[in-house]
Amino acid sequence: MSYLDKATLKVVGTRPIRPDGVDKVTGRANFGADMVMPGMLWGRIKRSPHAHARIVSINFDKALALPGVKAVIAGGDFPEVTPDRAHVGAAPANLRDLSRNVIARGKALYEGHAVAAVAATSQAIAEQALDLIEVEYQVLPHVMDVEAAMADGAPILHDDMFTAGVEPKPTKPSNVSKVVRFAKGDVEAGFAEADIVIERRYTTQPVHQGYIEPHACVVSVGADGQTTIWSSSQGQFMVRAYTSRIVGADIANIRAIPAEIGGGFGGKTIVYLEPLAYMLSKKSGRPVKMVMSREEVFRATGPAPGAIVEVKLGAKKDGHITAAQSILKYQAGAFQGSPVQQGCICGLAVYDFPNALTVGYDVLSNRPKTAAYRAPGAPIGSYGVESCIDELAEALGIEPLKLREINGAKDGTKATHGVTWNNIGYQKTLEAARASEHLKAPLGPNQGRGIASGYWHNAGGESSAAVHVNEDGTVTVTEGHPDIGGSRASMAMMVAEVLGVPFENVRPVVGDTTSIGFSASTGGSRVTFAGGMAVTQAAQKVVEVLKQRAAVIWDISPEAVEWRDGKAYPAGANAGSFEPLDLATIGNRSARTGGPISAEVQINAQGQGPGFATHICDVEVDRETGHVKILRYTAIQDVGRAIHPSYVEGQMQGGVTQGIGWALSEEYIYDKNGCLENPGFLDYRIPVASDLPMIDTIMIEVPNPRHPFGARGVGEVPLVPPMAAVANAIFNATGMRLRDLPMSPPKLRAAFDAAALPRAAE
Amino acid sequence: MSKHHVTTVINGEPVEFLCEAQQTLLDVLRDELNLTGSKEGCGSGDCGACSVIADGKVVCSCLMLGVEAEGKSITTVEGVAQGDKLHPVQQKFLEHAALQCGFCTPGFIVAAKALLDENKNPTEEETRYWLAGNLCRCTGYDKIVRAVLDAAAVMRGENPRSPAA
Repeated sequence: MSYLDKATLKVVGTRPIRPDGVDKVTGRANFGADMVMPGMLWGRIKRSPHAHARIVSINFDKALALPGVKAVIAGGDFPEVTPDRAHVGAAPANLRDLSRNVIARGKALYEGHAVAAVAATSQAIAEQALDLIEVEYQVLPHVMDVEAAMADGAPILHDDMFTAGVEPKPTKPSNVSKVVRFAKGDVEAGFAEADIVIERRYTTQPVHQGYIEPHACVVSVGADGQTTIWSSSQGQFMVRAYTSRIVGADIANIRAIPAEIGGGFGGKTIVYLEPLAYMLSKKSGRPVKMVMSREEVFRATGPAPGAIVEVKLGAKKDGHITAAQSILKYQAGAFQGSPVQQGCICGLAVYDFPNALTVGYDVLSNRPKTAAYRAPGAPIGSYGVESCIDELAEALGIEPLKLREINGAKDGTKATHGVTWNNIGYQKTLEAARASEHLKAPLGPNQGRGIASGYWHNAGGESSAAVHVNEDGTVTVTEGHPDIGGSRASMAMMVAEVLGVPFENVRPVVGDTTSIGFSASTGGSRVTFAGGMAVTQAAQKVVEVLKQRAAVIWDISPEAVEWRDGKAYPAGANAGSFEPLDLATIGNRSARTGGPISAEVQINAQGQGPGFATHICDVEVDRETGHVKILRYTAIQDVGRAIHPSYVEGQMQGGVTQGIGWALSEEYIYDKNGCLENPGFLDYRIPVASDLPMIDTIMIEVPNPRHPFGARGVGEVPLVPPMAAVANAIFNATGMRLRDLPMSPPKLRAAFDAAALPRAAE
Repeated sequence: MSKHHVTTVINGEPVEFLCEAQQTLLDVLRDELNLTGSKEGCGSGDCGACSVIADGKVVCSCLMLGVEAEGKSITTVEGVAQGDKLHPVQQKFLEHAALQCGFCTPGFIVAAKALLDENKNPTEEETRYWLAGNLCRCTGYDKIVRAVLDAAAVMRGENPRSPAA
């Protein structure tokens, strides 16, 4: 049965109200910090005030003497995660590093690094106890900037780090964990044959994912090690696995329950609190609740890296690009693992370059360990490449959209990282941009328009799902993916479509780790793709069971039964003349026809389709204040099939808004001691409702034939184009090219002032 | 540390509680009264996730002390619906898909209700500026603003717009 033809669909593609919606608009829904367990203690973390310091000693005596303090922990309470145990399953995280990030061992590597923790009978006592924990530090020189951290003589964070990807193998430790490289053709020859070559350097600051819900958990460890973890995360199976490895417990002894999650964007695909709460609970014998303050979220979680992106493009006068080169240097924070490789790949992926070279450096410095942020690595890489493409268009005198039409990737194009594109929607996004009303709209004084494109590969992976027909014919579908953006509605819609029943008859449940099979995290834009594939397959299996049960009831062969519009029918006149049987009838007789009616499916989904986007942004620049106002924004993206169009639009609008903040106002500001000066939403400025217009979305459906409904991941691509779209619009409005994010008012003012200065003799 | 005894009205019901001097109204609502609908996003009055209505004004409950609730009438998100009858703002949020993760939603529901209690016909701009103190990281505010304007139309007795784009 093919669901790829939109015309045949009855539920998928409509806009029902999400099943968890009423709880969320009435305040009933339970997020991470909303859980209470009897006998619960409150945990708090003692954090390093220094960006880089040896921990000489920790003295808990005074803290333990405070009435109400029930447990204290430090790094020494945790087992060493040896390199052979650093990975669990197919999960990407290096758990040796994650363990040392969750609580410091020997050295504090950034301001805010957790050094110790305490559990007490009230929040106030726990807070007081922190001041009584005496930590002696030996302050070390610190390094914050990427190029300073790469330079000879830089303070080294890890004595056992030798740069990978370099020949011959280095003998001196470095802050560069690895160098990655992708090449196609011969860039030197390509640049040689170009009529024009431009070379530019772009810089960005770290930005936080900015989820409004701080990290929170309640963990209860029994005397026999049976553990319950309640936390909001992007994966309860990830919470279970990572906690088990960091604390040294068996996976089967941990039940991780997914709370509703108040935003993640990649920043909640790892753990910070659960292992600490586990140890405090184990030591105290009571459940422990830990909730981060907003300040802690900024000082000690995420962010996305700051970076330097150097781009060189060579082209013929007619606009054909002959060579492209990008050098990316990304901050990893205190442990390795920035998404520099994705930045290298994605920045170039939108184009058909005959010759290309991209090199990426993963550089450590005394900052919080970076975490994934919505298409990790790609927004930065594309900011550089899409800005440089715009500069090339200016230099050639060719319209920016035309330059992309000339050089854009098509089916059959081989990307720099070796993949050959097949069934991609990039050209359609360019066509839609060309045809859009937005492109034709007139602009006034101090107004400008910018265009940028973007790509993200999306992910597949492991998902489990179960579909149950209840005795009254209603349906329960249990899946294992925390619902960050409305996905459980889409799961129920796909099941309803397969079963042929109304959406309201299908209730989706996000199960805990004991209620459903293993499911990889909510991230990588994979849930509607992989989770959707699993629920669809489970529903299809249930249809086969329903047909068998009808066959038993009618005493005919199952081959003579067909399923249509939510009912079993005899297949043709020869099968017999029977009244159709609906789910309620068959469900009610399940015990007499063979038992419970259910199917559970476990898959490792393959065939995820990549996503491409083209964005158009109009700005108005205030020359006096340097303030940039977004006047109009259109996001065009190939989405495969929009299962629930409202939530696909929502992903596009949300990603665009994060990109606007990254472009104009968001940045980490550190003082000379490596301490964060703006760990709060007042001075870490994310977009607010009055900053923005309505955000228009154009969803192009080029179905992905590898998914039963044609779905592609949609959530991450929207964050990839906006920074360059805004920068290009500012150039169009003012003639000034800003190559350093964020393009905040002081920077525009400085650029205006510099432009107004008389030129020095050249 | 002796606690203070506070008498107040919350969601139309008389309520008494004990709290320490330094506990905020948000702490009291969540940790003493089990009204966990109001959320803490920042604790410093910057995100609006803790919004409540105190004597007719929208305030961040994290910026109000528990003891300051004495003698006041407080409305939290739990008091916006009437039993199982949703307020038009809540209904329109659902129809317009004006929430994704839902964490900021209680604050927006309260703030939007306060707007429509005061201004029956807000413009888009007025709505955006009224809600500028409520941060949302998921939606980009587009569907939120549409939902509020649509709820206003319903409350004026006009035909509501269709939520489909």
